[in-house]
Amino acid sequence: MMLERLLIKGGLVIDPAQKLEAVRDVLLEDGKVSQVAAGLSRKLKDVPCYDAEGLWVVPGLIDMHVHLREPGREADETIASGTRAAAEGGITTVLAMPNTEPAIDNAELVRFVRSKAEAEGVVNVLIAGAATLGQKGERLTEILKMSDAGISAVTDDGRPLMDSELMRRAMEYARGCGIVFIDHCEDLCLAHGAPVNEGKAAAVKGLRGSPWAAETVMVLRDIALAELTGAHVHIAHISAAQSVAAVRDAKKRGLPVTAEAAPHHWTLCDADMPGYDANFKMNPPLRASADRDAVLQGLADGTIDAIATDHAPHGAGKKALGLELAPFGVIGLETSLGLALTKLVATKTLSRRQLIDRMSAGPARVLGLKKKGSLAPGCDGDVTLIDPAASWKVGETFRSKSRNSPFIGMKLKGRARATIVAGRVVFDRNSHAV
Amino acid sequence: MGAVTAQRPWDRKDLLGLRELSASEISAILDAALPFKQELQDPKKPFPEARPLAGRTVAFLFSEPSTRTRSSFEVAARRLGAEVLGFSVANSSLLKGETLLDTVKNLEAMGVDYFILRHEQSGALEPLAAMTACSLINAGDGAHEHPTQGLLDLFTLRQKKGSLKGLKVVIVGDILHSRVARSNIHGLKKFGARVTVCGPQALMPSGIESLGVTVTHDLADALKGADAVNVLRVQLERQQQNLLTSVGDYFQAYGLTKARLALAKADCLVLHPGPMNRGVEIASEVADGPQSVILEQVQNGVAVRMAVLSLLESRRHDA
Repeated sequence: MMLERLLIKGGLVIDPAQKLEAVRDVLLEDGKVSQVAAGLSRKLKDVPCYDAEGLWVVPGLIDMHVHLREPGREADETIASGTRAAAEGGITTVLAMPNTEPAIDNAELVRFVRSKAEAEGVVNVLIAGAATLGQKGERLTEILKMSDAGISAVTDDGRPLMDSELMRRAMEYARGCGIVFIDHCEDLCLAHGAPVNEGKAAAVKGLRGSPWAAETVMVLRDIALAELTGAHVHIAHISAAQSVAAVRDAKKRGLPVTAEAAPHHWTLCDADMPGYDANFKMNPPLRASADRDAVLQGLADGTIDAIATDHAPHGAGKKALGLELAPFGVIGLETSLGLALTKLVATKTLSRRQLIDRMSAGPARVLGLKKKGSLAPGCDGDVTLIDPAASWKVGETFRSKSRNSPFIGMKLKGRARATIVAGRVVFDRNSHAV
Repeated sequence: MGAVTAQRPWDRKDLLGLRELSASEISAILDAALPFKQELQDPKKPFPEARPLAGRTVAFLFSEPSTRTRSSFEVAARRLGAEVLGFSVANSSLLKGETLLDTVKNLEAMGVDYFILRHEQSGALEPLAAMTACSLINAGDGAHEHPTQGLLDLFTLRQKKGSLKGLKVVIVGDILHSRVARSNIHGLKKFGARVTVCGPQALMPSGIESLGVTVTHDLADALKGADAVNVLRVQLERQQQNLLTSVGDYFQAYGLTKARLALAKADCLVLHPGPMNRGVEIASEVADGPQSVILEQVQNGVAVRMAVLSLLESRRHDA
């Protein structure tokens, strides 16, 4: 039987897990990384080859916070469109959140999304299962059966568990399955559904604000429950300086706590929202500039393990309802890498190796993915080829079905040239093939 | 472009808020209101001779109930010769997002020239303004702005005190939800008045000091040396939301009584945007007392709204 092979030639391989940062050839065989070495291309003349000279060759990027909207809201996004948006953004693996309609709250739905993703997705789709039935915060889901069906995390993302006893039990069952509990930290009473951050900008615009403490009180609760139960809790889309400090402290104490941050929270702050533009409305909201700076610091010192977009597609009509009525959320799959290269690496906030850690090795560690996040031989053949010199402007159109982005028109430097999943090129900017 | 060639006193299509206006633009409105006020005070109440809005149509779109503001605008528009399209309070679902834009575009196609809008959401008018050639006048959007109320308060203070510069003005009450407070703050600051906002912390938006106001939770402290106090209406439903302990408790600490008013300057004016809750935010004897200018505010409201409409109209002729 012929091996399916692809040789990635002459690129700068950046693999934080192997502490490798050097020009190497990478051979993928049968969907796995087979060899990483200099001069492979001279020995393997017959192997199909991708010329990566001038490009970075990195373990496939993992976005562990993505809303694919299928089933239920296929007008906003589908597994097909969302995974194509991911591929365009250099992302080879996404973790799909369960707040679909219906919510992914049983093994049958997990299997449905898996089969859909196998048939129609172009990147790896991991699935997070809901913690409570219908994400109503009342009864636990069958976490054990969902785990057998292949979920990678448990979360009621978007609808935090206000009941701390229920939260404790959900965390304990997740721990029993060896999977992470991801929490959207928001005290719903304190936040009150406010569309923006509490502070100057809200005061001037006459908008109700959600205070930073709405996030931090839940982060602190979750840390206490992680200590109590031994369960691994992962803080989603961390946004407030005090939350970052709490996670840093928990890590120092050796607690099983990790965190992710979304590009909008490390690039923008509440003062950046022009007027009442609903494309700047997300949850948690853009916070003060000091919070943004604390998130940057958390990314730099490793308090924050992962960059995750919280890609949340909403059709245009919904964002046109006006700021207060518009749903929360912005898309992010196609802009995450460009923003990171421009706002983190070019500014020297992160080294390029640290960036690849936060976008690949970090989320792989959080999710316990042993075969991802590295280009060591035997790992999955997921590779992102990055053109660090490409200057581009975020356009008005996206591969995503939705275009609710606060970054439209922004000039960025660096983006994915090609995206390879299990040894196959699923996106190539030069051939426009997906 | 208007800013560069700002020789005309007024060069805007819409009146959305006082924040974006210059002091000279606000002065232009206040100056224009003076002759209208004189006509209103004349026992014969003559109409302005020119009837500047003859042939124009003014439509109301209100997603919240209002008697005073609407009546005031309607009297103003009619005295200027405009036709008025009377809408009852519209079903608010018709005033959301794209539906609101559709409504505006439809009425525009029927020949409406001016929209006077009130909306429960802050910022609801902003996206509309760019989408229509009609003039929009904000009659209150959420907790954002209520520019004509701000203007009539400025007009009243300027008439009574001669100048706004250096005046100490206290705004007391539910600052968090008050568009009247915001429009007043923006307007007063542009003329060099000193503004103190006062109320319980639960009704005080964090970050409001960025507008250059002094924040205090102690009314006695706030009133010291005050030239005017603007008493905001307290919404009784704030009690259910636990933003108020009780209306009685509120009156105890923040109600404007005769004894408290005595802490201010002897000629301190008392303003209220109405409608008043007597015995909640203001004692009756203060509301009806010699320092109260509350009914004069109402009369000034008509004059100021006539001034706004006639200035918006003058731009149409000049353009």
